[in-house]
Amino acid sequence: MQNTKHESYEEVIIAGFGGQGIMLAGKLLAQTAMKAGKEVTYMPSYGAEVRGGTANCMVIIADDSIASPLVDRPDSLIVMNKASLNKFASRLKAGGLLVMNSSLIDTKPQLDDSIEIIAVPADEIAVELGNKKTANMVVLGAYFQKRGILSPDTAAACLPDAIAKRHHKTLPVNTEAIHRGAEFTRDNQ
Amino acid sequence: MCGNEALAEAAIIAGCDAYFGYPITPQNEIPAYMSKRMPEEGRVFVQSESELAAINMVFGASATGKRSMTTSSSPGISLMQEGISYLAGAELPAVMVNVMRGGPGLGNIAPSQGDYFQATRGGGHGDYRTIALGPSTVQELVDCMPLAFDLADQYRMPVIILADGILGQMMEPIVFNKTPRRSLPPKDWALTGAKDREQNIVRSLWLPEGSLEKHNYKLQAKYDQVQKNEVICEQYQVDDAEIVVIAYGVAARIVRSAVNKARKEGIKAGLIRPVTLWPFPTEQIAKAADELNIFLVVEMSMGQMVEDVKLAVAGKTPVLFYGRPGGGIPAVDQLLERIKQLIIPAKKQ
Amino acid sequence: MKMKTIFERTPTLKNYTTHYCPGCGHGIAHRLIAETIDELGIHDRTIGIAPVGCAVLAYNYLDVDMVEVAHGRAPAVATGMKRTNPDKIIFSYQGDGDLAAIGTGEIIHAAHRGEQITVIFINNAVFGMTGGQMAPTTVLGQVTATTPQGRDAANEGYPLQVSELLALLPGAIYVERCALSSPAQIRKAKKAVKHAFELQVDGAQGLSLVELLSSCPVYWRMTPAKSMEWIENEMTKVFPLGRLKG
Repeated sequence: MQNTKHESYEEVIIAGFGGQGIMLAGKLLAQTAMKAGKEVTYMPSYGAEVRGGTANCMVIIADDSIASPLVDRPDSLIVMNKASLNKFASRLKAGGLLVMNSSLIDTKPQLDDSIEIIAVPADEIAVELGNKKTANMVVLGAYFQKRGILSPDTAAACLPDAIAKRHHKTLPVNTEAIHRGAEFTRDNQ
Repeated sequence: MCGNEALAEAAIIAGCDAYFGYPITPQNEIPAYMSKRMPEEGRVFVQSESELAAINMVFGASATGKRSMTTSSSPGISLMQEGISYLAGAELPAVMVNVMRGGPGLGNIAPSQGDYFQATRGGGHGDYRTIALGPSTVQELVDCMPLAFDLADQYRMPVIILADGILGQMMEPIVFNKTPRRSLPPKDWALTGAKDREQNIVRSLWLPEGSLEKHNYKLQAKYDQVQKNEVICEQYQVDDAEIVVIAYGVAARIVRSAVNKARKEGIKAGLIRPVTLWPFPTEQIAKAADELNIFLVVEMSMGQMVEDVKLAVAGKTPVLFYGRPGGGIPAVDQLLERIKQLIIPAKKQ
Repeated sequence: MKMKTIFERTPTLKNYTTHYCPGCGHGIAHRLIAETIDELGIHDRTIGIAPVGCAVLAYNYLDVDMVEVAHGRAPAVATGMKRTNPDKIIFSYQGDGDLAAIGTGEIIHAAHRGEQITVIFINNAVFGMTGGQMAPTTVLGQVTATTPQGRDAANEGYPLQVSELLALLPGAIYVERCALSSPAQIRKAKKAVKHAFELQVDGAQGLSLVELLSSCPVYWRMTPAKSMEWIENEMTKVFPLGRLKG
């Protein structure tokens, strides 16, 4: 199946617990793809389960129109906590990419050798930046750098649309977090 | 902007004068959006005390000739059935969106297509129909809003849009104002005050002997026109197909992915997607049945639209069914396997 | 000798042969509304809402734009009309089954929101159109089709005083109970109906309601004359007359 994979068809699952900014990360990814001229769908988990429990969203980025917005087997998985890793890791496609928040995931997952793993201490980096809530942007930055489909700069340009106006004072720190995530990936490859 | 918000904005652009609604998941983004935007536009937003009240507020606004709408999800739409029957009987236009969730009863809040029968068979009491639209993308959902208002005004009947939790919650790029607008008849029946004319009466009660029968014939003649003129149906990769899958709404997107995958593997699969669920594309499906030897209907229910497909096919071709109820969502690979299983014995025939 | 006109049909009351029973109060109530509409000069901007009940055909009597709606839902329909047409005068005409039983939620919430509508509430302590069954306003001991031994509080509860309930709500600005039982009471009722409409015409911020104690001789099993006495002697004990609010 791997060789039939279309390069321009990228299916992503982002997961974590409620409050980690999973939906915001997904929306920003979708808006970045849209700005880059891609076809895109964004599908959040919704309802009672997002309150305090696990939160996840599915993003598909493609050159052609997208049929099903649902992701069964992601090309890339971004996980912010251990529960999400356990839940979704087995669904990753062979040859896929795992970006994980190593601040909250202390073990190395047992996965197919073909899967590339980027372990980013996202919470630590976010704390260094002075805003722990930006860990979602750090992992996203790491993902952009590794995948190379979309640029961190495009994502930063989309931040004002993705973040509610009343939080716009956090735009600089969120932008910085995206870049720090990207730098971390570049430096640790 | 998620699907729910997009459809709300599309309704505003389509000239919706008033929105009445009661909160229910998974469509709460709609009343929240409307509560902000409608007053900005100088239009009406009221959060009602129940779905019963909401549909009757729609009835009131509509009776005065205003464009009005409500939205809800499955259990709430059940409560509105009384009002929908009265709207149909009184020949009032109205637009409703059902962001379907799992049932029966309180069910769950997962996406579902369990309300097809309710939407396409009338739903409430009496001999009537509502136009039912089943968009499958956020763009189509947006395009459906002006179409629904125009259809409602043109035929003076309620129009219901069947969406589901996925369409309501998901985001994808959209463009507003794509739907061409219709020129519509004047609302000379509306209650605007009997100034320089006889009184207007809006009613659904027909007591004198024979008068209700006459009224029902009149409604039926209108429904016949809708069936003749308003069917919308998409055919995807059907011309050379050996197997055609029939699905609507979000289920049709999953089917389309399965059809694309099947094609890559050399299997000639196609998709017929009814956009209008009532009027149903009976003729299109009957025609396809003349040339095909197998249909597979896929729904997020235990089989509702499949009955309309069987009526259209009229025994000419086997009609098989694959469904997931109660919030279950068919997976692309499961569908692909199903298509493969079916195509092999079909080829042997 | 030249004849002089000293009384005539008010223009908004149509020339229509009544379908109401002898001694029924609906005809009087219709007339009070029609006179009010003509006196206030609002005929060409008034929209009326007929209930489910004997008065479902009210549009045959009142020559204004009218709609007939589902049982009990008139206050919701009125809300939809008034919110989209603030310049129109919207009134609903509801019986005790319509307003006090199946439509309790709608009237309470319309009042609670302070909808700028006028409600004429006909209380005859019985379901008329369906055949004389118990209404929420049926008084204790009253025999109806569904209380053959008389209404018993232990089984059927007490008569519901909706106007008193509504008067508690800030959104209800005027609530008055009158009786259609004698010329004197009818003149008071006329004043109340007119005031309720005037408030809306003046743009007062809230709901106005007039409850009219009205006769149903057929299902009370009384003569019309006895019915009038029964309103004054029995009904008013449970439903005291007077201004409850405003």
